[in-house]
This record gives sequence, C-alpha cells and structure tokens, in this order.
Amino acid sequence: MSTISTQINPRSDVFQTNAASMLGEVSKLRELTAAVAQGGGHKARERHESRGKLFVRDRIDHLIDEGSPFLEFSALAAHHVYDSDIPAAGVVTGIGRVSGVECVIVANDATVKGGTYFPLTVKKHLRAQEIARKHRLPCIYLVDSGGAFLPRQDEVFPDRDHFGRIFYNQATMSAEGIPQIAVVMGSCTAGGAYVPAMADESIIVKEQGTIFLGGPPLVKAATGESISAEDLGGADVHAKVSGVADHYAENDAHALQLARACVSRLNWQKRGKLAMQAPKPPTLDPSELYGIVGTDLKKPYDVREVIGRIVDSSDFDEFKRYYGDTLVTGFAHIHGYPVGIVANNGVLFSESAVKGAHFIELCAQRKIPLVFLQNITGFMVGSKYEHEGIAKHGAKLVTAVACAKVPKFTVLIGGSFGAGNYGMCGRAYDPNLLFMWPNARISVMGGEQAAGVLSQVKREQYERDGREWTKEEEEAFKKPTREQYEHQGHPYYASARLWDDGVIDPLQTRDVLGLSLAAAMNADVEETRFGVFRM
Amino acid sequence: MTLEHTKFDTLLVANRGEIACRVMRTARRMGLKTVAVYSDADASARHVREADEAIRLGPAAARESYLNVDAVIDAAKRTGTGAIHPGYGFLSENGGFVKALEQAGIIFVGPPASAIAAMGDKSAAKARMANAGVPLVPGYHGDDQDDALLRSEADKISYPVMLKASAGGGGKGMRVVESGEGFQAALDGCRRESKAAFGDDRMLIEKYLVQPRHVEVQVFCDRYGNGVYLFERDCSVQRRHQKVIEEAPAPGMTAELRSAMGDAAVRAAQEIGYVGAGTVEFLLDIDGSFYFMEMNTRLQVEHPVTEMITGQDLVEWQLRVAMGEPLPCSQDELTITGHSFEARIYAEDPEQDFLPATGLLTRFALDLEGADLDSDRVRLDSGVESGDAVSMHYDPMLAKLIVHGADRDAALATLNRALAALDVQGVVTNRAFLQRLANHPGFKNVELDTRFIERNEATLFAPRSYSTEAYASAALIGLHQLAQECESDSPWDRHDGFRLNAPHTIRIALCDPASAQAADSDEAVVIVEGKRESGESLWNLTIGDKTLTASLQPLTGDAVAVTLNGHRHRLQARRDGHVVVMAEPSGETRLFWRRIDAIDHGHHEAESTLTAPMNGTVVALLVEPGVSVEKGMPLMVMEAMKMEHTMTAPVDGSVETFHFQSGDTVSQGDVLLDFAPSE
Repeated sequence: MSTISTQINPRSDVFQTNAASMLGEVSKLRELTAAVAQGGGHKARERHESRGKLFVRDRIDHLIDEGSPFLEFSALAAHHVYDSDIPAAGVVTGIGRVSGVECVIVANDATVKGGTYFPLTVKKHLRAQEIARKHRLPCIYLVDSGGAFLPRQDEVFPDRDHFGRIFYNQATMSAEGIPQIAVVMGSCTAGGAYVPAMADESIIVKEQGTIFLGGPPLVKAATGESISAEDLGGADVHAKVSGVADHYAENDAHALQLARACVSRLNWQKRGKLAMQAPKPPTLDPSELYGIVGTDLKKPYDVREVIGRIVDSSDFDEFKRYYGDTLVTGFAHIHGYPVGIVANNGVLFSESAVKGAHFIELCAQRKIPLVFLQNITGFMVGSKYEHEGIAKHGAKLVTAVACAKVPKFTVLIGGSFGAGNYGMCGRAYDPNLLFMWPNARISVMGGEQAAGVLSQVKREQYERDGREWTKEEEEAFKKPTREQYEHQGHPYYASARLWDDGVIDPLQTRDVLGLSLAAAMNADVEETRFGVFRM
Repeated sequence: MTLEHTKFDTLLVANRGEIACRVMRTARRMGLKTVAVYSDADASARHVREADEAIRLGPAAARESYLNVDAVIDAAKRTGTGAIHPGYGFLSENGGFVKALEQAGIIFVGPPASAIAAMGDKSAAKARMANAGVPLVPGYHGDDQDDALLRSEADKISYPVMLKASAGGGGKGMRVVESGEGFQAALDGCRRESKAAFGDDRMLIEKYLVQPRHVEVQVFCDRYGNGVYLFERDCSVQRRHQKVIEEAPAPGMTAELRSAMGDAAVRAAQEIGYVGAGTVEFLLDIDGSFYFMEMNTRLQVEHPVTEMITGQDLVEWQLRVAMGEPLPCSQDELTITGHSFEARIYAEDPEQDFLPATGLLTRFALDLEGADLDSDRVRLDSGVESGDAVSMHYDPMLAKLIVHGADRDAALATLNRALAALDVQGVVTNRAFLQRLANHPGFKNVELDTRFIERNEATLFAPRSYSTEAYASAALIGLHQLAQECESDSPWDRHDGFRLNAPHTIRIALCDPASAQAADSDEAVVIVEGKRESGESLWNLTIGDKTLTASLQPLTGDAVAVTLNGHRHRLQARRDGHVVVMAEPSGETRLFWRRIDAIDHGHHEAESTLTAPMNGTVVALLVEPGVSVEKGMPLMVMEAMKMEHTMTAPVDGSVETFHFQSGDTVSQGDVLLDFAPSE
C-alpha cells in the first residue's frame, strides 16, 4: 500500500480561511440538527411525556444496543418546505444496531402534527424501506401516528410511491425474508393500522397503543356505535381478542425491550463477504479536512488530500494515476472494509471517463464496494471534445455506474452539476446511500452558467428584434437565475426534498461510510452484468 | 557422631496449593522424583500438573482426601515413595499420621510423633517449657478446671486476661476478658466453642498483653542433638488471628534480644527432642520482655522471608535432615542479609468482611519486567496460574508474594511495586487491601502490633469518597473497556454513541462497589460527550458543576493513559464484572460502573428469592416454610470456604419453599428459597 503524503500547510492563510468558513457551515448544520432533534417543541413533548410515553429519540436510544451508533437519515427532511414547520418530516429514520443486528428503524414523532404523514413523510418512510431492502436490513416500525395528513390527501394517497407503498414494501420485504417488526406505541389509525397488521411480529403498549381501521368518530358517524378508543382497538383487544398484536407491553420501555427480544430471535446472519483488514484510523489528521476543502467551490485542491483523511492508515493504491488524471481512482480500506474510490479532481475528459468505467468494471468483477466522492462541474465541452466522442466515452462511465451491482456510496463533497452527477453515481443511479457535505451544491449546471445560457438566448432575441440590451439590463436579468440556482442547489434545499440521505459533517464521513459499508454487508454482493458499452 | 543415612529418591507431598508446588520445586532441584496427591476438585490443579506423578486421594472434601491418612499412605506405597512432606495444615501436625508412617516404613519429613504430641497439648507444653527455662506469659495452665478457681487465678494474673481452649488453635475457643464481671460468661462461651471444635473444654488463662508483637523464631534441629535458630520473623499484622503480612528480621530487634530469644527457642525445641524445622512463637511486649506462646511443629507459611534474609532453602534443610544428614550450617555460619516481606494473597473480598471468593482466575501473573523489578528480589510462591479455578473447598490463600531489599524501607518499596504489578483477574482478592496496608504510614513507621488492622480500619478499607478525577477516569475507562471487550471490528460495535452532526451524550453512574446494590447508593453521574474533532477521541465530561476535557490512550497490556484537562496519568485499568478497577502505584480504586441511559425494565418487584452468594454447602434450614418471620431473622445457613453464611429474611414474610436440604451443594447464584413478603 502506498500512503498519501500531504502538501497542506495548516498555517497558510488559505487554509485558515477555508477552515473558518467550513466550520461556520458545520456549526449551522449542527444547530439546525439540534433544533430538529427537539421534534414538535417543548410543549408538545411535555404533553407527550406526561402520558407516560417516551419521546421518539429516547425510544430509539432505548431500542438500540447501549451506546451504539445511530445513523440517521434525512434529519432535514421537509425543512422549510411546508407552510408550517415539520421537523424531520415527523418521522425519524435510520440504521441502528438492535440485539447485535443492524436494523432500519422508522419511528413516528407524535409531537409533530400527531405524527401524521405529509408528502415528504411518506417519501422518507419509503426511502427508509428502500434502504432496508437494498441492504437486507430488518425493519422496526415504532408506530405513533394519526395516519395521512388529510388536507394533502392528493399528495399522499393515490400515486405509486404514496402511502399504500408502505404496506406493499412490508409484504414484499417479508417475502424476501427481511423481518418486519411493528411496535404500536400510539395510534395506528386507518391505513396506519396495516403497519402492525402487515408486520411479521407486532407489539402493543397497554393503554397507549390503538389499532383500528376507523377511529371512534368514524364509527360513530358510520354506525352510531359509541365506543372508546381503548375498547375499540387497545392493547387488551388486540393482544387478547383480535390477535392483531402478538406481544403485550406494560409501557414504552417494556415494548422496546420486547422488540429487542424479537430481533434476538431472528437467527440473523450477514451474507456479504469481504476480505477485511483490521481497521486503522487515517494517519493524516481528519480535522484538516475543513481547511483543505473550504466552502468556495471555485478554489481547486487535490482530492487525494481528502481521501487520505478518510481511508484507513491514509493508504491508497491508485489505479492509472497518470492517465485521465482529472478522475482519481484507487483501492483503499475504510474501517477495514475494502473499497474502490472514484473521486473528481477536475472536469471530466474522455480519458477520465474511460478510466472510471475501467475501474468500476474492476470493482464489480472483484465485488469491491464503490465510494464516489463527487466534486464535478461536468464533462468538458467544445468542438475538440465533441469530435473525439466525449459523449460516448461519458456514456461508458454512466453505463458502468448504472449497472455495477456492488454496494455504491456517494458523497457530494463539492459541486454536483449536469452529467457529471450521472457519471459520479448521483441519486438517479441508485447508490445505496448518498450524503452531502454542507459546502456542496447540486443543480443541472452552475448558477452562473445557467444565467449565462439564459442571457445568451435573451440577447439573441434582442439582437433579432434589433433592440439594444444594456449591461445593466443583462445583469438584472441574470441575478434572479443565479439566486434561484444558489437557493435550489443548497444542500438543505436538496436534503429537505430527500434528494440525498442527509447532510453530514465532513469529519464524520469516514464513520458514516464505515457504518454504511458494515450495514451493506447484510446483503449478498451481487454479480454485475453490464449493458452495451458504445465503443 | 555416627550418621544414620536414610536416603530416599521419591518424595510425596501430602498437600496442595502453593506449598506443594514450593516443596516439589526444591525436591526436583535435589534430583528427587515428585509425587502429588489430589482430590477430585484438584484433578487439574497446578501442583498436580507440576508433579512427576500424581495420585487421586478421593472426593473434594478434605476429610475424604487430604486428611485421609489411609489414602495418603496408599498413594505413597503405589508410587514407591520413600518420604512424605506434609506441607503445613492438613496432616502436618497429626501425630496419628506420623505414627502410621513409622509403621509403614515411610519417612515423615518433620519432627517425631512424640515432639508433635508434646507441643499439641498447650498446657502440658507450657509446663515443659517452664522446666527448660523458657519464659512464659503469666497464666494458669492447671488441670483443675473449677469455675471459681479459674476466676481467682484470673484475678491473680490481673485483667485483661485471655481465655483459651487447651486443645485449641486457629482462634477458636479464644476470648479476651476485660474484667472480673464478664469472666463467667466468657468462660461459658469458650467452653461451648471448644467442646464443639475440639471435643474438649479444658481452658487455660493467660495475661493479655495490650500491644504485643507477634515474633517467632525459626529453629532447626537434626537427629544428632544439633540445634540452630535462623532468626526471627515479625507476624504482627494479623486479621482475626490470621497472618497477613510477615517480615524478617523483626524491626527494632537488638542483637542481645535476638540471641536471647534464639537461645530460648532452641532450648524449647531440644526440651522435646525436636527434629527438623520448627517455629517457636513469642509475644514481645513493649518493654522488651518476651513470652513463649506456642511451637509450630511444621514448616510455616511464612518461611520464605527467613530464606530471603539467610540465603538458605529451608525445604532443602528439611529433606537433608530427613535423609539423616546433620544440619548444613552451624549457628556461627548463619547471618542476616537485608530485609524481607511476605504478603499473602487470598481469594477474599475485604470490602465484604473478607468473604472468601471463588471463580475462574482468568489472569494471575506478575510482570516483573514490565514493572522493572529484580527477579532476585521478588518471589511469587503460587499454587495457581492463569486459567485455574478457585474452588470453595480449601483455604482461600492463592499465593505469597515475597520480596527482599537491602533494608526495611527498600524491601517495603519493592513490596509496594510488586503488589501493584500483580495482575489478578476473574476472582476478587485482597491484593488492593495489601497495597493499602503496605502503603500505610503506620506500617512504614513500624507501629506494629497484632491489632494493627483493627486500629487502622478507617484508613485501610477502600476510601468511600472519590475525587472528580477518579470519577472521570473510571467513566472513560469503562467506556473504553466496553469497546475493547467487543471482538468485532465493525463500526457498529463501538460504544461511542455516534450520532450524525451531534455529540451524543452518554450518562454514566459511578458508586462505591460495596453500596452498588443499595437502593440509596451515593452515585456520581458523569456526562460524557463525544468530541471527535481530531485524530484522537476527545471527550467533554461533566461531573456536577465541574467540566473536564479528557482523552484516553491505550498503552500496552492493561495500561492506559488518561489525560484530564491536560494532566496525564498512567494507570492499570481492569474490569471486574461491573466494577472498573484502576491501579496506580499509590493504590487501587474500584468503582461500580453503569450507564443510566440503559433500559429501565420497570419491573422492580420486591426481592422474592434468596440466592447463594458463593459456592458452598447447605448446613441447616432454620425455619419452617409458611411460618411468619420478621425482617433480618435467619432462615438458612450455608457453609463455604470454611465459613458459615446465614441467609436472613429480607423483609417481614415467610419462606414458601426451600430448594435445597441440609447437606446439598449449591452453586453461586442458585436460588436457595422462595420468600413471600407479608402484605
């Protein structure tokens, strides 16, 4: 193995400026994450806890193994999307270790609009299930939800990826042998009733959990029957009479203990096999990442400085180092797991694209997971490149990325623009997980470029009409476009809409990737069959 | 003088544990074949592993194995044994055994039966000592056992006096009487105990010395009338008449006193025709007068300190004398070099009234090199090794740590370092208690007497208050150990409470292990906040109103470096169940460690069962099932490690069922009985 040596000078002004600006972004991220973690706020939480119920994050802490990690997904979901504040889209999802088994946990937060499903709540729930299926992880649903948010029923009920898909996923995952466990800790009304009903095993909490297709008001309206929620579908009904629930819990803590016991009985075995090494921390100091990367996407740096601060022992065996050098490819280990790393070091040329395709083929052949570190403005443009066929070379990279069946993990560490996003395993290419750094930006092209393209079209119109277009007018025309792209390309905007699985502190990248790789090893690493490469 | 050679080439050691190993070591060096004997409980014990041959004696119970004379003689015959070394305890002072050996034509490595008998009866022994001019404690040793006479003799001697069973030993049937009023009650009590223990209730009375030191003289005699003394040992530091730390020579001894005591000891031995190694015990009063107490007709546990200061191998002496050789040295040839200490390592918990402990010794090692100790100056006589089990059947002494130094201070410093370097895991021992004892200023200043431990109880038992630093270190070490114990490399198995974009707080409660089970234990809460901002894991700790920045760096073995607010400490960290054990040269801190974010099952019902605190045997059931009892009333007695333990009612209520009957063997944690609290 060759160890990456650093060229960084941590005392330089550039480094210091970079570090300060990145720290600013990370601080904002932490503050926002901390605020989101409060759920529906102090009052709602007090009301919730006064009923003897645990707050959603406390439930998760009690469910997972003592002190073990919780890899949360999309904490910023629904951030500034709806008129009212819906922290974490009202559902906390992530991977946690329960009785020694990595599980996907989907936990409603009843302090946020009663845990009702907004469109992004549905999307987040479905995304968690998708992750569970892809990684072959048992699912635990901590249910405490009033069901669909009725005023937006058109956005949560009818379509393929709406509410019904939750139960479709439960049925089909169960069919694949992925355990589905539901813990009813609050209401499970209407559609929600199917979460425990569709589960392999379900647990219900005494005097807290209720399951019914129609709640007391609906029953009263439909049949005139007057009945309390508890008598209609409480724990006693379902554990003793109906058989909808399998286990009867005295309280939240007991229910979570029962859920842990359920997982301990799964006879669970991981299937993925990789030639592991003993994990070793990087020899280069990860805390220098801030100062290396900074927040100004225009300032170039050598991406090897980033790789060296993420991989074990800072060891990185580069592949085709001197060919197509705007794309860095090579082998390394993260937390002991072997990985192939594909990282941008400038704009993509034909050679870089072909090199990337070659390297991805190697990894697929050897069943080595892939890690993409995206910082890409796009493919090179211009007659020279079009004529040499950069489109078909780029297509080779895109084909390789799309078809590779090894676990793929993508981190947006800088720009993610245009077709570069495709070639570097953007969301559409189904990476197992995709995370963004707070300095990253994502859009079809840069704001400046977009404004430039649009103003070019406009200028041509003016010229056709024989009108004059002043510099000032052009600038005024470009400004909103630039602003729109900056706003929509921001990681929070992206994360709020579930274009990624979360915005992460760059310093946690190594741990996030390690946890993700370990979780992915619950599934087999499949054989890859590539499509036609245009030669 | 004509030598009567009685050579032998095979030696059977009729003992177990460290002394069996130690005797065989010398025997091997002298070219003898070694034979061990064992009970079922010891089938794979260290003394068996180290012997050339080993013979099973019988079941675990000592009276069926190590005390079974016929079985031992049978073992000797099967292996063609020429001589038997009895070690100490068991058959070492059993006249019947010695006689049986004489009849079987096997040499007993020890004194003749007559000498054992002469010293066995304490009253008769004292009379003979008085004849030989050996000074005796003022007392009454007469045959007339009339209560009123005994009382008047006690009055004559003047209080306080000590009542002792004539046939006694080991602290049974002994009582101090402070004044005439309490005499009769004490006499009755002693007689009962003596009758039960020895089948004999004759008593003797002695002057009770208030601050006596226990000084004993090692003597050696051969068959040809030669006798020497190998100087004295001070065994003053005792706990309930059990020696804990011994040393040689005795501090503050003058040359005159030494030769006076030595001569008296040799006279005592020769008076009874003694042969071999013996120890004459004296009480040394503050004024320098000394009184004969008793003679032990065997090799003593603490003989190594004498070996360290004289450079002689006493077991070799014993074997040579048994072979009919004269003593290897004359008195003039024996000198004292330096100072030596012996500390006895017991499997017992000083924090729980020295309750004997059992279990699997996952580690038992003395790393001399790591602690930079000189192997010529540190000796570990051990009957166990890592991986051995400590059973309930025998004496809980595991090993003896013996050190030597140019003078007392140097030897004591070495003792302290050696105790710190001794790594015992899996079974609770008195190691830390010994460390506190050896570190005690009173001990260093030779404020020695047999009540040293009682007098210094407050400072000798684990401190009940802990520093912020101790809490902080223990909190981190517990987390570190949790991570270490996990065998997997998976990042999911780490216990650092990883949370995205947020430090996760881990709450840890720490308290004195002794009070861990109490509902109102005095706990300190440490809030640990991960702060992984650089290569090394940094933590922010909050304890009460104090905050510290901390990091932990694992070093080799169990050593870790804990840095608190920039102050780095190196210490040995171990884990003993839920207890974090931190050892530093200055002593050991133990803290019960638990996370408070762990699940509270919410099922705290009243304790309705009673479990066995250790492996043992049920001795008696004291109440009828169904009969109401009050809280604290004894319900059941079990015996373990030669001590009785009484199970008492936890609250008012009644026993529903006993799960064992008298005589049943129980394992630690077994539910002994079901108890129904009254409504």
